[in-house]
Amino acid sequence: MSENLSMAKAINFGLQSAMREDSKVVLMGEDIGTLGGVFRVTEGLKNEFGENRVLDTPLAESGIVGTAIGLAMRGYRPVCEIQFDGFVFPAFDQIVSQLAKQTSRHQGSQAFPVVIRIPYGGHIGAVEHHQESPEAYFAHTAGLRVVSPATPSDGYHMIRQAIRSNDPVIFLEPKARYWPKGDVDFEATPAPMHQSRVVRTGTDVTVVGHGAMVAMLLDAAEVAAGEGVSLEVIDLRSLSPIDYAPILASVEKTGRLVVAQEAPGQASVGSEIAATVAERAYYFLEAPVLRVSGFDTPFPPANLEGTYLPDVDRILDAVDRARGF
Amino acid sequence: MPYTEATLQLLSTDGTLVESDRTAEYRALVDRLTDDHLRLFYREMVTTRRFDIEAGNLQRQGQLALWIPSLGQEAAQVGSAFATRPQDTIFPSYREHSIARIRGIDPIHIIELLRGVTNGGWNPNDSKFRLYTLVLGTQTLHATGYAMGIQFDGKVATGDVATDEACIVYFGDGSSSEGDVNEALVFAQSYQAPQVFFLQNNQYAISVPVSRQSRSPLYLRGEGFGIESYQIDGNDVLISYAVTRLAMDAARSGDGPRFIEAQTYRLGAHTTSDDPTKYRESSEEEYWKQRDPIARFEKYLRFRGESDGFFEQVRQEGEDLASDIRRRTLELTPPSVDVMFDHVYTDEHPVTAAQKKWLQEYEASFGGHA
Repeated sequence: MSENLSMAKAINFGLQSAMREDSKVVLMGEDIGTLGGVFRVTEGLKNEFGENRVLDTPLAESGIVGTAIGLAMRGYRPVCEIQFDGFVFPAFDQIVSQLAKQTSRHQGSQAFPVVIRIPYGGHIGAVEHHQESPEAYFAHTAGLRVVSPATPSDGYHMIRQAIRSNDPVIFLEPKARYWPKGDVDFEATPAPMHQSRVVRTGTDVTVVGHGAMVAMLLDAAEVAAGEGVSLEVIDLRSLSPIDYAPILASVEKTGRLVVAQEAPGQASVGSEIAATVAERAYYFLEAPVLRVSGFDTPFPPANLEGTYLPDVDRILDAVDRARGF
Repeated sequence: MPYTEATLQLLSTDGTLVESDRTAEYRALVDRLTDDHLRLFYREMVTTRRFDIEAGNLQRQGQLALWIPSLGQEAAQVGSAFATRPQDTIFPSYREHSIARIRGIDPIHIIELLRGVTNGGWNPNDSKFRLYTLVLGTQTLHATGYAMGIQFDGKVATGDVATDEACIVYFGDGSSSEGDVNEALVFAQSYQAPQVFFLQNNQYAISVPVSRQSRSPLYLRGEGFGIESYQIDGNDVLISYAVTRLAMDAARSGDGPRFIEAQTYRLGAHTTSDDPTKYRESSEEEYWKQRDPIARFEKYLRFRGESDGFFEQVRQEGEDLASDIRRRTLELTPPSVDVMFDHVYTDEHPVTAAQKKWLQEYEASFGGHA
């Protein structure tokens, strides 16, 4: 059965189905119960499952993640919502020093199936701390898995996969893609959660991105096609681990790679991909791997976000530079 | 002088029982303890102290990277540990050696942690004694979450204290300033979690006195969150047992969290890397030596007619434990390299698998002559 849904609604359905399947799945977060979350991703779930499974928590992010760890020790599978990307840092210690390291510390005696949902990224014109892309902090941390859906279909299936994972998963939801609709086939067999995927085939330059950047890359590919340049677009889907096979196969074909992300470029996921592809596909590359990133500045006032965030023009500029070698 | 008018005490420093209306309900609990119980309290305090001294010596001799002594805090720990019921879960900080032993943890595993053999050491689901936690205060939230899980499981307030569950979390005066501790108090009170917060106030963080953490007695912190709170003489094993016993039973009965501040003193250093002579007066140390938890309890047992033979037997048990620990410490071997990779994730993970394989091949490339 297939339905045309926004990603926000698709994730809502994914959460609902996971909660129906497993009574140990509990949702925790600020304003997620009665209100249904500031983006309404958990709308209606408190009504169906009650306040012991959809917890409107006190306003304390470290408290949310810290108690989720305790619930996992008790056999629960908590799904935490961090209200906005820039609010995750009060929970940083509990995520990085506790949640991520617990599995190793316990040497197999205890799993920590905790999902941390974080609406992230720009394009919504919001105030400071509401438009950031903090994925590199988590991708750098062993013990965590980091994924980001780019479509409603992946929103539905990947949240279910993340909840079924026996490991902690940082689940990054691109706010800019919460509302555009797409087909979701509930019965489809989804791709593995960590698989990256070619979403448009091409021959001249490979462009890679995740989250909201995927739609931007597809727009860029459309414009490039009009100019006679063929882009192959890859949706990363998973930022830790990164599935390099489709990227390397594509680069072997095109010889050129552009990595695009909203996050600042310094020590970023894009940097990691550039380094790895340089190591593993050196003889296939016709040009250096180029990165298109947010600038290495704090996320600017929203009036400037259009300048800060990579757009179709900056992507195509990098494509041109890659083709110029 | 850390004791206040609120400090609850049953056993005075001279080893006699103190009568007061405020402690009558605790006295009644203690009166129900048998001689065997009291001997067990004493035995655990004495043998753990001897273990503790031996571990400190092992560190001085280069056998451990670090040792974290619990010297002087035995009464707070042993009394409260025996107050838990078998179904209860204990969340330690990193100094609760006697509690670990009471919960059946072989203390060699604590040694392993401080020798760099493991970052964990035991299966907490077997003992219901969770792993030591080194980032201060973080475990208070884990305990609160666990206690919320007890509630969701319906294992609280059924009216049967033999099956209803609660948990207890240990932390210190330094940790009390951490945000996590305060968030745990908020969550625990908000959800009425079946949890006891047990603060061992040993008067110092490392070198910073408790007066820097709080201008008012720390049990008032708990009260400030609306949690019923107590201050006890933490060097009195009997009050530690009795107050914790009632607090745990209140928590398991659905009355919500409880907060206990135990006034005690770290007779030794914070760790073997510390030098207390730089921040403590010898007169202060002398004050607390007069209040030593073991000496006090020994006097009490002697008043009750305990024989010299018993004390000698326990002393010998301590010696045996110490020499056993010394022997087994020297026999410890480094862990397999697999420990580094095998449980980073529970499910399969391509990166750790590939790096483990790479390392094996790299080491094999030396032909066994690395």
